[in-house]
Amino acid sequence: SKTRSSFSAKLNDLVARYRKVDEDFFEDLEEVLISADVGVNTVMELVAELELEAKRQNIKDAIDLKELISEKLVEIYTDGDYTAEVPLNLNSAGLSVILFVGVNGVGKTTSIGKLAYQLKQEGKKVLLVAGDTFRAGAIEQLGVWGERIGVEVIKQSEGSDPAAVMYDGIQAARSRGADVLLCDTAGRLQNKVNLMNELSKVKRVIEREIPGAPHDVLLVLDATTGQNALVQAKTFSETTDVTGIVLTKLDGTAKGGIVLAIRKELNIPVKYVGLGEQMTDLEKFDPNAFVYGLFADMVTEQQMD
Amino acid sequence: MAFEGLADRLQQTIKKMTGKGKVNEQDVKEMSREVRLALLEADVNFKVVKDFVKKIRERAVGTEVMESLTPGQQVIKIVKEELTLLMGGEQSKIAVANRPPTVIMMVGLQGAGKTTTSGKLANLLRKKHNRKPLLVAADVYRPAAIDQLKTVGKQLNIPVFDKGTEANPVDIANEAIEYAKQEHLDYVIVDTAGRLHIDEQLMGELTQIKADLNPDEIFLVVDAMTGQDAVNVAESFDQQLNVTGVILTKLDGDTRGGAALSIRAVTDKPIKFAGMGEKLDELEAFHPERMASRILGMGDVLTLIEKA
Ligand SMILES: Nc1nc2c(ncn2[C@@H]2O[C@H](COP(=O)(O)OP(=O)(O)OP(=O)(O)O)[C@@H](O)[C@H]2O)c(=O)[nH]1
Ligand SMILES: Nc1nc2c(ncn2[C@@H]2O[C@H](COP(=O)(O)OP(=O)(O)OP(=O)(O)O)[C@@H](O)[C@H]2O)c(=O)[nH]1
Ligand SMILES: [Mg+2]
Ligand SMILES: [Mg+2]
Repeated sequence: SKTRSSFSAKLNDLVARYRKVDEDFFEDLEEVLISADVGVNTVMELVAELELEAKRQNIKDAIDLKELISEKLVEIYTDGDYTAEVPLNLNSAGLSVILFVGVNGVGKTTSIGKLAYQLKQEGKKVLLVAGDTFRAGAIEQLGVWGERIGVEVIKQSEGSDPAAVMYDGIQAARSRGADVLLCDTAGRLQNKVNLMNELSKVKRVIEREIPGAPHDVLLVLDATTGQNALVQAKTFSETTDVTGIVLTKLDGTAKGGIVLAIRKELNIPVKYVGLGEQMTDLEKFDPNAFVYGLFADMVTEQQMD
Repeated sequence: MAFEGLADRLQQTIKKMTGKGKVNEQDVKEMSREVRLALLEADVNFKVVKDFVKKIRERAVGTEVMESLTPGQQVIKIVKEELTLLMGGEQSKIAVANRPPTVIMMVGLQGAGKTTTSGKLANLLRKKHNRKPLLVAADVYRPAAIDQLKTVGKQLNIPVFDKGTEANPVDIANEAIEYAKQEHLDYVIVDTAGRLHIDEQLMGELTQIKADLNPDEIFLVVDAMTGQDAVNVAESFDQQLNVTGVILTKLDGDTRGGAALSIRAVTDKPIKFAGMGEKLDELEAFHPERMASRILGMGDVLTLIEKA
């Protein structure tokens, strides 16, 4: 696919378009990263560091800056390990519980459907629990996903207590001998204190029922979101100890660069990316491909000039 | 977390500039830098920011500093004025067709808030304008989208027209108009499926619905948290559909909402309403001036200027 080509090859392309390392070069780099929604602070720091380093090492040709750029960019993300992927924390001995959280409309329910499909393909017994008892049609939506994939959905009626539904889900998962329980929750904006408290309560019920659970708390972020995603990551982490991110809607034109700032400031890794609305449109996150994708436009724009 | 508004950013700069007389080039240069960063942090598109800062510079250099202000405050005043101008005036009117029913089409990216906002608009039309709206379930793709709209309709006690998920959205929309006429309903609100602006096939479906229904309003629904991509989305939807207005959702969050400025700059279409919550009565008229202050995060600076 388009994001699969090797990072260094693409970086070659990029620097080949620029001969000199001058103000224009850095300005373009800054703009490209900002337009990809990489946090403003992160971009400014990064570009300043590169400029300084270029000066110190007396680098004049863009070609010679290549190593440095790729190091710095991927470093933010992976601490130097270019291929790091962070897998799910599945519990090999028994039931694993994965809690999905996030603001409204980002793709929590859809991502649960997609992940359920993947896990089922791997031969695992998966159960879903409809913890969004608030939004109109939310329970039915998860129900449709359950039918599509052929996994059972544990639910109560609209308006019931989400913590109670979770409790039911856990009991059902135990009695059915499930391997993985995927828990949907209602979307909520991180500045709504009551709703965030409700979410902690949901998590506490899971913790109390199964020591070590939830094994993963996945924060779902919409790639279209700008700087607010950093605030989301911070607040949801404080409430629910987020262990990973699902970055959705990367099939659009948004780049989701804010996850770099999130990794840098909060050290939360992206585990999956959403690339469409179908059940097969979920992929493991590939840092190299992602970082390249951030400035793919810089390469193409230059090519057109 | 670093999320300063312009007010914090400018405190130092403003203090330094105590001289009176004309605003000089150096003042403006320093201020522009801070204005630029504040706007970028608020998610205003970088190209829009560039044009905006250029305009501020041109206008600010050489202006007389008002008696009661410092040069720094004078620049802020200009920024606020230009921003408010760019945001446009208040326009929360909804069109009325000469011959009922009036047709409103809701369009936008996935998860922006179209279905919820359709319900909110229907509620508003009935409550405030004493109209009889019909909601139309033209999203046959998203799982349970029809159930969602039906639930909303039931909560509001407003009729919902649907033909299940097997029907074609264009046919659904056309039949809904006939149904509305028959039932003497005077507004038809068509809830369409979320789609990417680059999805040719699905965008074509909207163009077809538009051609058949000749809607009186086409509202682009945009999530207020949208980042740099807002310009691509708004420009593309507008080019393909010529939208009549924008509704900004999820403004009850803590985002600065710079997308509002980006959208205005590229489409020049009015932002008519603001979604302020998940409940069906949480829709407000959009206030451009408040939005300008919110984007800049400069409530404090404004009070400073007002006091001076
Ligand atoms: N293009 C695209 N659309 C997606 C993706 N993931 C989800 N969506 C769509 O985004 C919309 C919202 O998805 P949901 O799964 O309902 O989001 P949610 O977070 O559960 O929403 P709430 O429960 O209302 O907070 C739906 O139309 C999905 O089909 C993705 O990766 N790409
Ligand atoms: N806090 C808040 N949530 C909102 C607002 N408007 C919509 N939502 C929520 O955002 C989520 C998505 O809303 P929908 O109305 O389903 O969005 P949509 O555009 O119809 O989504 P698709 O049909 O999947 O494209 C839901 O959880 C809504 O409750 C708002 O103004 N404030
Ligand atoms: Mg959901
Ligand atoms: Mg919808």
